[in-house]
Amino acid sequence: MANHHHTDTLERPEPLVAPKETYGTITDKIAGDVLHTKTPKAMMVTLAITSGLLLVFVLSIGAVLLFGPGVWGNNNPVGWAFEITNFVWWVGIGHAGTLISAILLLLHQHWRNAINRFAEAMTLFAVMCAGLFPALHTGRQWLDYWLIPYPNTMGMWVNFRSPLIWDVFAVTTYLTVSFMFWFVGLIPDLAAMRDKSTKHWQKVIYGILAMGWRGSAHHWHRYEMSYLLLAGLATPLVVSVHSVVSFDFAVSLLPGWHATIFPPYFVAGAIYSGFAMVITLMIPARKWYKLESFITDRHLDYMAKIMLATGLIVFYGYLCELFFAYYSGSLYEHFMMKNRIFGPYWWSYWLLIFCNGLTPQLLWFKKVRTNIVLLFIISIVVNVGMWLERFVIVVTSLHRDFLPSSWDMFHPTIWDWGLYLGTIGFFVWLIYMFVRVMPMISIFEIKHLLPWRGRIIDTSADAN
Amino acid sequence: MNENKIFDIEEIRAKLSGKEGREYWRSLDEIAETDEFRQFLEKEFPREASSLPEGYSRRDFLKVMGASLSMAGLTACIQQPEERIVPYVKAPEMLVPGKPLYYATAFVLGGYSTGVLAKSHMGRPTGIEGNPDHPASLGAADIFATASLLNLYDPDRSQVVTNKGTISSWDRFVQSARLQLDAQRALKGAGLRILTQNITSPTLGWQIQSILAGFPEARWHQYEPCGLDNVREGTAQLFGEYLNPRYKFDKADIVVSLDADFLGTGPANVRHAHDFANRRRVSGTNAAMNRLYCAESTPTITGGMADHRFRMKASEVEAFARTLAARFGVAGVSPAATSVDEKVIGAVVSDLQKHRGSAIVVAGNHQPAVVHALAHAMNAALGNIGNTVEYTQPVEVQAINHGESLKSLADDIAKGSVDMLLILGGNPVYDAPADVKFGDLLSKVKFSVHLSPFNDETSELCQWHVPESHYLETWSDARAFDGTATIMQPLILPLYGTKSAHELLDELFEAGRSGEDVVKSYWKTKNAGAAFDMWWRKCLNDGVVGGTALQPKQVAARSVDWKFTAPAASGMEVMLRPDPSVYDGRFANNGWLQELPKQISRLTWENVALMSPTTIQKLGVKNGDLVEISRNGATVKVPAWTLPGHPDESVTLHLGYGRTKAGRVGDGIGVNAFALRTSANPWFAGGVEIRKTGEWRKVASTQDHWSMEGRPIVRETTVDDYLAHPEFAKHMAHVPTDKESFYPPFEYDGYAWGMTIDLNACTGCNACMIACQSENNIPVVGKAQVENGREMHWIRVDRYYVGNDLDNPELAAMPVACQHCENAPCEPVCPVAATTHDHEGLNVMTYNRCVGTRYCSNNCPYKVRRYNYFQYSDTKTKSLQLMHNPDVTVRNRGVMEKCTYCVQRISAARIEAKKENRLIREGEVVTACQSACPAQAITFGDINDKNSKVSKMKAEPRDYGLLSELNTKPRTSYLAKLRNPNPELQSLRPKATTDHHG
Repeated sequence: MANHHHTDTLERPEPLVAPKETYGTITDKIAGDVLHTKTPKAMMVTLAITSGLLLVFVLSIGAVLLFGPGVWGNNNPVGWAFEITNFVWWVGIGHAGTLISAILLLLHQHWRNAINRFAEAMTLFAVMCAGLFPALHTGRQWLDYWLIPYPNTMGMWVNFRSPLIWDVFAVTTYLTVSFMFWFVGLIPDLAAMRDKSTKHWQKVIYGILAMGWRGSAHHWHRYEMSYLLLAGLATPLVVSVHSVVSFDFAVSLLPGWHATIFPPYFVAGAIYSGFAMVITLMIPARKWYKLESFITDRHLDYMAKIMLATGLIVFYGYLCELFFAYYSGSLYEHFMMKNRIFGPYWWSYWLLIFCNGLTPQLLWFKKVRTNIVLLFIISIVVNVGMWLERFVIVVTSLHRDFLPSSWDMFHPTIWDWGLYLGTIGFFVWLIYMFVRVMPMISIFEIKHLLPWRGRIIDTSADAN
Repeated sequence: MNENKIFDIEEIRAKLSGKEGREYWRSLDEIAETDEFRQFLEKEFPREASSLPEGYSRRDFLKVMGASLSMAGLTACIQQPEERIVPYVKAPEMLVPGKPLYYATAFVLGGYSTGVLAKSHMGRPTGIEGNPDHPASLGAADIFATASLLNLYDPDRSQVVTNKGTISSWDRFVQSARLQLDAQRALKGAGLRILTQNITSPTLGWQIQSILAGFPEARWHQYEPCGLDNVREGTAQLFGEYLNPRYKFDKADIVVSLDADFLGTGPANVRHAHDFANRRRVSGTNAAMNRLYCAESTPTITGGMADHRFRMKASEVEAFARTLAARFGVAGVSPAATSVDEKVIGAVVSDLQKHRGSAIVVAGNHQPAVVHALAHAMNAALGNIGNTVEYTQPVEVQAINHGESLKSLADDIAKGSVDMLLILGGNPVYDAPADVKFGDLLSKVKFSVHLSPFNDETSELCQWHVPESHYLETWSDARAFDGTATIMQPLILPLYGTKSAHELLDELFEAGRSGEDVVKSYWKTKNAGAAFDMWWRKCLNDGVVGGTALQPKQVAARSVDWKFTAPAASGMEVMLRPDPSVYDGRFANNGWLQELPKQISRLTWENVALMSPTTIQKLGVKNGDLVEISRNGATVKVPAWTLPGHPDESVTLHLGYGRTKAGRVGDGIGVNAFALRTSANPWFAGGVEIRKTGEWRKVASTQDHWSMEGRPIVRETTVDDYLAHPEFAKHMAHVPTDKESFYPPFEYDGYAWGMTIDLNACTGCNACMIACQSENNIPVVGKAQVENGREMHWIRVDRYYVGNDLDNPELAAMPVACQHCENAPCEPVCPVAATTHDHEGLNVMTYNRCVGTRYCSNNCPYKVRRYNYFQYSDTKTKSLQLMHNPDVTVRNRGVMEKCTYCVQRISAARIEAKKENRLIREGEVVTACQSACPAQAITFGDINDKNSKVSKMKAEPRDYGLLSELNTKPRTSYLAKLRNPNPELQSLRPKATTDHHG
């Protein structure tokens, strides 16, 4: 993602914070958006839609709890379908947040300061959505706690050999660390909110959440240290969580799942989809809350470049899968690949290639990267593509495996769609709630950027 | 009445004052007799219990059953029986709580018995298995016998006597029937008719004959919709009398089937499968196998076993038979044009000539009498009679032509000469030929009675319906295909106020004795004397009456004036066959059978129009497209379905569907093919029109895919190739050795359970599937769930087509259950360790621990795990609770389940062995599927015991593990299939699609 072309440096890229902003205006703007700005009309409309989806979400959960996973289209052989597709998709989306907050922090990519708060919130909410699916997909959801190793009178231990147990560890760790990271990063801003609040109850709530932050040098010192440590803790998670998720498939013996390339390929896919989701959410938020001063076109450009890079890795993964199937010499692998490309779910594979393989190639062009509308569309196409990727892996591998006698088709039901769209509703609803009560851009971290604002900021130069 | 005026006080006063005595009134409305009040009364106390509303799914019935049953408990009880609830002071002999007892009895289908051992847990029948001492069973049982258990507990069974649809009582019925009988007595019974199904029961025959003696003008009619009229008429044509042909497939080297499904249908199919398989058992290089030539119309499992199969329309079989017969010099027979090649005929003929005396030519039950006569003539010409074919007196009490019998009854009714009609069993309103219009005629009978287990179509049109007892509630007797009689003993008192035919007849015509007394008194006429009690007990214990098998008869062929049918005109032909799963419709309300994938087509829950790929293509339809099939003004609309191997220009419809009063399971599914059936052409007929409608419907198929995709799944070759490469099957895939693992293999130092399935013996008859379902409390899920791929069978029979001729491929059947892999892929992926390996090599499921992630199923390459997507098991319906096998957990929603190798039977054997301080003996553990298998294709036992049968089977060169190239090390292994084609006809066989692995 190094942006090291001579032309770029000569062109004097747009500053990361608009020149008109000062220390004062930054706090006023960002805190004011929470405390004073009326919710934009467009947001109210979309919120209404989202709340409708939230209702669908609750109904869909109720249906599966009440009647069982039979309300979905799953069958034998397709034991997993939408639920695991959605699980992997949501976990993947979360990854951008962690990458932005932790890895880019450690790499001194200061441009991240404008988007890390938002991306972290997104991570948190995405992991919440993700975690729901494995929890709901079991037949006896009330016994889900058996997947947690705890001392019990049955004398039963979980099966540590099962990747699903690794998942439990990976996802819960991820959720915990993401929450810690997000909350610790919020503390100085919560104090600013407390100070800026005009109403008593607001002061009380933000005051409690700010945990007595006074901005002393001691505070700052400890804050920086703990934030750095948390970043160090979160960094391996970017790689490990999705690697573990990929083990759900890679550890099995099913053609189409049983592949050694899965961990890196899944991680790249996760970051890819995560950045796509950040862009999808940032573009309207930036417009509605007029945040162009902080989230500049240059930010979008950087994110688009990361998307392009990870997208290429993912595409490379697809090509590798083709090669492996050919090179394996296995009858079953050959058939699996043939079936993916030409079988009854051929459309999902070709759509996937279109969405994830071809569409991101447009991002080679700077004109596309800086065209907000195009970028928004591409980010959505990539989101769809990454969902399809998981669908292709989960469903097309399962529906035709070893013995042709058990082959069957999976047809999603209204509850499959209900829960999927429901989580999207839930997710966006949480984002809206977050935007309304918390500063969506890190106030104090944006202020860090002010001293450099006048200079040509080149990320690589900065890192040196 | 004015709506505003609810009641007039003055009027009420007037009414009340007009009444005498103490008047009770429920409300002012009642006295006023307002319309509102009448409506309220109607609603609250309807005259007739309205039947269930339409639109009830078969799933719902399970739920409704619970409620309706408990309600029935409230309303049906006339009087609470006096009960003394005291514990046993002296326990009944042999009754140990938790230990089942087995009683010998017999299951009867089409009049013929199959001996069974019924399992009883604390007085409740919980399972049906074959009786090894019975000639029609030899220990095996077909799907109908095993599934008949569910009929006993069917909550839709008729439970009360009804008169014109309203609830009545047995006493009232007897009273009014006796009145009628008194009138008939004066007429010598001129207006009395008895209609039964095919009857072999000596007692019932004795009863009816003594009635006829008392009422000389009365008549006894029999009608069996899928009976053996043609078989009887065939013997009559050649030998001049009705005879019962008996085939000894264990002695036959060459079998020629003229459209006969002798392995799948007919009174001796279980025995035939047993004998036939015994001639296909290959051990090492001892590969002497019989050879089966099949001329076949509708593909059957018999055709699937054929070494050579000739596809032809049912009407073309006669020409083929004539051509063969002419070659053997059967007098008066000349060859006819047949689609079978001259060279092939020559090869078949010379093969038969070479095996004179050890061949069988057998004609299908639905083939016309002349084809049967030709087959008998060929057997005579080949010297087979007395060796492989025997003839005995008919097994029936009175062998008659059922089609004609029903017709003459219908004529009598139409003439108005029938006043009193007793229909004992059967459902003629539903299953009589369409031209007989039996339902319309019934209203002309003054007094009609239907004794039937269900309040069905016929009951509806009869004045009286008397609920019939299930055979497990009844004393009776019946004969098997060879005449062997069984005295049937009940295992349980009738669950409801039901009667057997014996009891009904005895009540009306004799003294009203119990069924036991009636049956006993008949047999006392045969075995008088002091030793009767001992003899009786021995008969009951054995399940067979010794010495009752009919002796072969010397027969002589007459010169026949052959009456051949004209060669079939081209054009569509319809073939009507008993359904492989619900037979003639009598099992329509049996969920196990409805959900059982039909042989070959693997369809469930309905009948379809089966056609060849070519015909389907010509019609321009695809699977599931609804077509209208019309004949003689009757039309049925039914989904089309492609069945490779089906003859062109013809369509097969299975009977037994389109029931309207079968019960909640069987109503309104499929179409009634009896509508197309006429007395003249009961089995097949030309002049059929098929029209596509443009509509489409989803058909619940459990196996959508036909081919093995070139994978080494069913491994087969010819006998010659096998002798040259005995280990061919092992070489079709590369199996990793133990050295390919880092870890030493686990030592199984006790028992090591294993199974083999001999694909050379397996016919694909489904007996194992129903046996497993019954033994292991496997739920029925309903059509919608099957469509969704959620059927629950632990063992399934996979069907594959072999060869590159889509129109006439070879068939291969493969039963697949959990393979109990030593390296089971399901085990490491379960997060809660609910599926684990035990020290004897069983892959076990702990249902209590399972949370239901389905990961195990995803990782199972055999896809044998079954998941309870909903609460499939009906745990609420009282009668079905009684049916469950108490040794097996009833599973709940969200739990994965699968074959356990019948671990409950292993445990039972282990307890016995431990009590006697010994090891479990060879053959002591028999799994349910193994026990049922007519072909004895399944072997189970301890593979650590090198002398066990299963070890020996595994040592066979044909032994291979399915998908063992994945290093799963399955404990179940398969013995490769062999075909024994005529070397002269080698080139005709389809090329195998699987090749040897290098």
